[in-house]
Amino acid sequence: MKGLIGQKLGMTRLFDKTGKDITVTVLQAGPCYVTEVRTKEKHGYDAVQLGFENKREKVTPKPLMGHFSKAGIKPQRIVKEFDFSDSDLSFKLGDEVKVDIFSEGDRIAVLGISKGKGFSGGVKRHHFSGGPKTHGQSDRHRAPGSLGQSSYPSRVYKGLRMAGRMGAEQVTVKNLTVVRVDPEKNLLLVKGAVPGHIKGYVLIKKQA
Amino acid sequence: MNKVDLAVAHQIQTNIPEFGPGDTVAVHVKVIEGDKERTQVFEGIVIKKKGKGMNATFTVRKISEGIGVERIFPLHSPRLVRIDRLRAGKIRRAKLYYLRELKGKAARITEKR
Repeated sequence: MKGLIGQKLGMTRLFDKTGKDITVTVLQAGPCYVTEVRTKEKHGYDAVQLGFENKREKVTPKPLMGHFSKAGIKPQRIVKEFDFSDSDLSFKLGDEVKVDIFSEGDRIAVLGISKGKGFSGGVKRHHFSGGPKTHGQSDRHRAPGSLGQSSYPSRVYKGLRMAGRMGAEQVTVKNLTVVRVDPEKNLLLVKGAVPGHIKGYVLIKKQA
Repeated sequence: MNKVDLAVAHQIQTNIPEFGPGDTVAVHVKVIEGDKERTQVFEGIVIKKKGKGMNATFTVRKISEGIGVERIFPLHSPRLVRIDRLRAGKIRRAKLYYLRELKGKAARITEKR
């Protein structure tokens, strides 16, 4: 599956050919550099390891530095593997992979780290309905309700949905449509929303 | 300009006439019905302009057969054929929401000279 590493830049709107309003997310998609090519013979599977965004040499550990210098590129902040085997693209070490591997109308999946919501209650975290707002209710408006039965089992079942830390986890959104590709500025305009905050790193994968 | 604005800069309309809240305008809108295309005119008072760049919109209010109708237009929509400024209004606030409570003579806006 073709893919790239990118960064979420923000959202805006565009108009299509008929003048219809489309909400789009602007992604900085690449340029990525091939840091390693994994092959079936040597590693047991086919993959291309891509790096995104230069970082300072000073903050790069020496073993990683060797890995990047072998490819002849600057140290990269994000390094991920992508499976390009179902496409006819082939890469060498140090190659640049640009946003033009995608085209308008492509279906893509975007992976990102969702915005952290902190310690959230059941209403926000699990879509509980909360208690009644009126009829003499006190302190029950956003309560989770019953946690289980009585003397049998005399305990709360494991995995019961309760309040807790929410967000800041990996989320995949599938079937997003590519509205526009800007190869000059390495921008990808995607219809709809993408997980994570602005400047958050995302993985962009082409869907079959 | 940041990268988000740059990404949609090619669709920004440059020939939008100057107008603001309080003005009476005629908005010529392209309406597409099936494969036919025609232009519809929506005439009324601009009660608000908001947003920046591609996200800018404006709201036009008119009284249609006794019923108040408001329509929100994206400022840079390619469906907007033309905006005619018929009358400049003298107003003291940017958002004319108070017009919703008024009707008839009270809902008039004095012309700016």
